[in-house]
Amino acid sequence: MAEFLQLVFSGLTVGAVYALVALGFTLIYNASDVINFAQGDFVMIGGMGTVFLAAAGIALPLAALMAIVGAVIVGLLLHRLAIEPARGASPVALIMITIGASIFIKGIAQVVFDKQFHSLPAFSGDTPIQVGGATILPQSLWVMGVALGLFVALYLFLEKTLLGKALLATAANRLAARLVGVNVTIILALAFGVSAAIGAIAGVVVTPITLTRYDVGTMFALKGFAAAMVGGMGNPLGAVVGGLLIGLLEAFGAGYISSTYKDAVAFVVILLVLFFLPRGLFGGRSVERV
Amino acid sequence: MAAKLLNSRLATLVFLAIIIGVIPYLAPSAFYLRVAAVVWVFALAALGLTVLMGYAGQVSLGHAGFLGIGGYAVAIGPAQFGLHPALCLLIGAVIAGVLAFLVGRPILKLKGYYLAIATLGFGVILSLVFHSESQWTGGPDGMQVARVTLFGWRLSGSANWYWVTGGALLIGAWLALNIGASPTGRALKALHDSEVAAAGSGIDVSAKKLAAFVIGAVYAAVAGGLLAAMNGLITPDAAGFMHSIELVAMVIIGGLGSVLGAVVGAAFLVVLPQALTFMHDYEQAVLGFLIMAFMIFLPAGIVPTVRKWLLERLS
Repeated sequence: MAEFLQLVFSGLTVGAVYALVALGFTLIYNASDVINFAQGDFVMIGGMGTVFLAAAGIALPLAALMAIVGAVIVGLLLHRLAIEPARGASPVALIMITIGASIFIKGIAQVVFDKQFHSLPAFSGDTPIQVGGATILPQSLWVMGVALGLFVALYLFLEKTLLGKALLATAANRLAARLVGVNVTIILALAFGVSAAIGAIAGVVVTPITLTRYDVGTMFALKGFAAAMVGGMGNPLGAVVGGLLIGLLEAFGAGYISSTYKDAVAFVVILLVLFFLPRGLFGGRSVERV
Repeated sequence: MAAKLLNSRLATLVFLAIIIGVIPYLAPSAFYLRVAAVVWVFALAALGLTVLMGYAGQVSLGHAGFLGIGGYAVAIGPAQFGLHPALCLLIGAVIAGVLAFLVGRPILKLKGYYLAIATLGFGVILSLVFHSESQWTGGPDGMQVARVTLFGWRLSGSANWYWVTGGALLIGAWLALNIGASPTGRALKALHDSEVAAAGSGIDVSAKKLAAFVIGAVYAAVAGGLLAAMNGLITPDAAGFMHSIELVAMVIIGGLGSVLGAVVGAAFLVVLPQALTFMHDYEQAVLGFLIMAFMIFLPAGIVPTVRKWLLERLS
């Protein structure tokens, strides 16, 4: 039982991060129909940026804030310089553009930062908390708390603010949104900016647990993508559930089956979901128009 | 006349043969032959994607997995079972083809982003297997590949490998061109434009897509086997995600659906890092930048753009 609980804790911790990455995917996908493979690199920028700014003598909270702002700037630039000019391109072309962007960001990051693994001090100590025979790190609570806070904030933003509703309207029908006076270009930029911020925040809180390096973004992107797809592409609730599910399955897979194939779990899940539930757990039905 | 020549299959082959034949006389040292041989091998792998992506319009972001199968077949066969490397190249191609046949049917039902992520996941799983099954594959460090002896002739040195890989590329290009002009090729191009319309004209869409996937896998496996035998080494990175992306980038940068384009794209992405060694730290950044720039500003790719320009000039 204790072992089970332990696996649940570690699964929920990574799962929360996957859910945040998946949420970033969902936001951009909804607003612009683009799947942004550079989403994981926002996580890296958040973590690495904070590490290096803190090393330069800036207080940790301020360093984290600056790193998040940096990621947002990168997100806005990505939209302005790479996605906007390619409007109307095919899905494969858009995938390749964001993959190119991801490779580019990693290439710059290994020069600006370095190629070593880095960590951050845990926010409130390393003393594990005992829960029912298992232990949980205070930092895990930070990760889950921040994730929960972001979900609620994003929900309130989308449902209760005019800007959020404009984003939802753009997602539903870009032309119609434009007709009722929504500035679609600004909304799309907003989606990229908010996604980048969510990714970077996830990167800041998870770095004390998982460490960070210039190339950690790829795995975060792939797992987050798996999460978004399992939940049903474009469904925010699905992204959260999918993220937690992938995190838990990964933890159980590593604990009970084989830790070598931990990273394969997410992809086996994707393949199974795509084969049997091609629209994901929460996805709607699609009809092909001829 | 000139326009006809530009579109002719034979002209493409002759042109490719002349290029392959001339380079050894222009190359100042064996190093250049070696780089060229690597280009031919990757061009061969890219040709498989030309059939799959260019003709049939189905993306695969896990194609390096098949490359890995071919490579490890040539590495494991002689080392563990004492088989001849040439036989292992064939076995690798068969394994890749059968695997593609088995996973292809469910995967190819998917479209667009879903197809991309499913093939990506499949490729990542394959590379994880190569990474983890170290008693067979040597783990993350990879494994040595025994030197190849064909009919008592020890295959080594850049010049020998240059001709072997160049020959393989020519055969591969000839097959790809013929596939393109065959009923299957026309069916693939039809379903590329519209699956519903293709099905309506009596084309078995899923069978044809599966055929393209299997062909692509076999091309990649043969290329992987040649690459491993030539380098004398295979590592899991050869089957990794980045490699899959590079293969797709080769096909797209060179020109989707163009046989010559696959060769040009491969040459571009293989030679470029060699030419940029003076700014080695920025290699990855330059690669990422080029992929973005080509996709945004030259989405048709190099060869179709040049061909269109030539045709306009000539007419």
